[in-house]
Amino acid sequence: MQAKQVSVFIENREGRLDEVLAVLKEAGVNILSLSLADTSEYGLLRLIVSDPDKADKALKAGGFSSMLTGVLVVRLANEVGSLQDLLCAVAKEKINLEYMYGLTIEKEGKASLVIKASDLDKAASVLKKTGAELLTDEDIAAL
Amino acid sequence: MMWNEKMETMSREEMRALQSERLVKTVKRVYENVPAYRAKMDAIGLKPEDIKGIDDLSKLPFTTKADLRDNYPFGLFAVPQDEIVRVHASSGTTGKPTVVGYTEGDIKVWRECVARCMTMAGITKKDIVQVAYGYGLFTGGLGAHYGAEHIGATTVPMSTGNTQKLVTLMKDFGATAIACTPSYLLHIAEVLKEQGDLDKIKLRAAVCGAEPWTEEMRRQIETTLGISAHDIYGLSEVMGPGVACDCSYHKGLHVCEDHFIPEIISPTTLQPLKEGETGELVFTTITKEGLPLIRYRTRDLTSISYEKCECGRTTCRISRFKGRSDDMLIIRGVNVFPSQVEEALLRIDGVSPHYLIVVDRVNNLDTMEIMVEVDEKFFSDEIKGLEALSVKIGRAVQQMIGLNAKIKLVEPRTIERSMGKSVRVIDKRKLV
Repeated sequence: MQAKQVSVFIENREGRLDEVLAVLKEAGVNILSLSLADTSEYGLLRLIVSDPDKADKALKAGGFSSMLTGVLVVRLANEVGSLQDLLCAVAKEKINLEYMYGLTIEKEGKASLVIKASDLDKAASVLKKTGAELLTDEDIAAL
Repeated sequence: MMWNEKMETMSREEMRALQSERLVKTVKRVYENVPAYRAKMDAIGLKPEDIKGIDDLSKLPFTTKADLRDNYPFGLFAVPQDEIVRVHASSGTTGKPTVVGYTEGDIKVWRECVARCMTMAGITKKDIVQVAYGYGLFTGGLGAHYGAEHIGATTVPMSTGNTQKLVTLMKDFGATAIACTPSYLLHIAEVLKEQGDLDKIKLRAAVCGAEPWTEEMRRQIETTLGISAHDIYGLSEVMGPGVACDCSYHKGLHVCEDHFIPEIISPTTLQPLKEGETGELVFTTITKEGLPLIRYRTRDLTSISYEKCECGRTTCRISRFKGRSDDMLIIRGVNVFPSQVEEALLRIDGVSPHYLIVVDRVNNLDTMEIMVEVDEKFFSDEIKGLEALSVKIGRAVQQMIGLNAKIKLVEPRTIERSMGKSVRVIDKRKLV
């Protein structure tokens, strides 16, 4: 139930993010969510997009260091405490979360999250047991 | 003031006669004892008896760092290993270091040469000398140490790495002389100044070497510290520090010519150049027992003057170095070849990435930054993965060259490609 995330290595210099986005625009890839982790010298841009394979190919062709990473995209109720319940289940199984960021808040009262865990398969089964809905690449593309 | 007036002031004719006599013996000895030299001479049909004196020097084949590597570790030694009492090592162009060996006699010659150099700097047995070169495989520390002790000076083996302690002991002991790299001495001066301690020291002389420096740096050192600073030259292959040093007139570095014959050759035609012409410095050792070297190409660019010096010495003088004829860098006194960095990177995953070495000098200390392109084989989706990569690269480089470099991960194709040889080094230090 993993979804593909596009990760891009970018140096911290002016206009670099803009150049990544221009490549994606040119390729006709829509960005559904992104997270930018930074250090003093470089950053890691992580993207959930409409077509990850196309995005990865376009970025590589554009001279960027890009790679596809498996992540879990979880849809949960947009209400107080739902995230805590979810993470509590993950923590009980001693699964370490590498990083996490928000995706979208949908009209029908649902919110989605991107989760990268140390053991993705185990995390996926734990999350499923809690009743959380995991989105596939197709689901994401349809968003 | 001279340490060995006889050797330092003999006439040119006497010196040439002495060099000729010693050269003939050396050539005979290496031919008989070192297969690699014999093979080289045989290859050009040269017999030891063809070398009758110094005028025949240019008939002999050159020796290079590659010869030392090919005969690693002890292959060029001219005596059995049990006569070697010490070995040192310096950077090779790749992972293998250049190994040098000394007999008891060599150690005595070495300390004699360093003693001459320190005497040129005005150091006597009354001085307290702090030796702040690294002690260990590097020749700087022990070389300077033995010379200072030979003079009879009170020798303090500081080594490097703890500037605060050095400064404290400099004040507490009332140290009057120091041996270290010129950039380190500038750094020490800076620390003393910051602490308001410049008037609390008794320093009056310094012998600085192991890296190139300028007259401007000398002036800066001399005026800030109120001392007399001298340029000491040497390389481990030939011996270590003490091959040459400048006297109080600072008009070139006097070579210990009774032990080392210098020549200047054109790095392109390899033909000997005339007095005063700039080219590559070549040394032939004529008293060394452990590792005699015939026409060793130092790759250092300079010129020679045989004119008698105002100080009274007749030994020839080499001018300040004008650079190198290879790509070797000297960073904090340590010799670094870009090929070593490449080899360290190669060891990480078997594929050498594009890299660029940026050398600079910040607060008088050399800095080394290595930019490494993060392409697919190095890429990690996590910051901690990238940080671990930086640490791993840093450690590999440290193990290879013995220096800490700042590793900067950059995007692919950030480092400029050129059609021919790619630019691997940017040296921002202004030295010449």
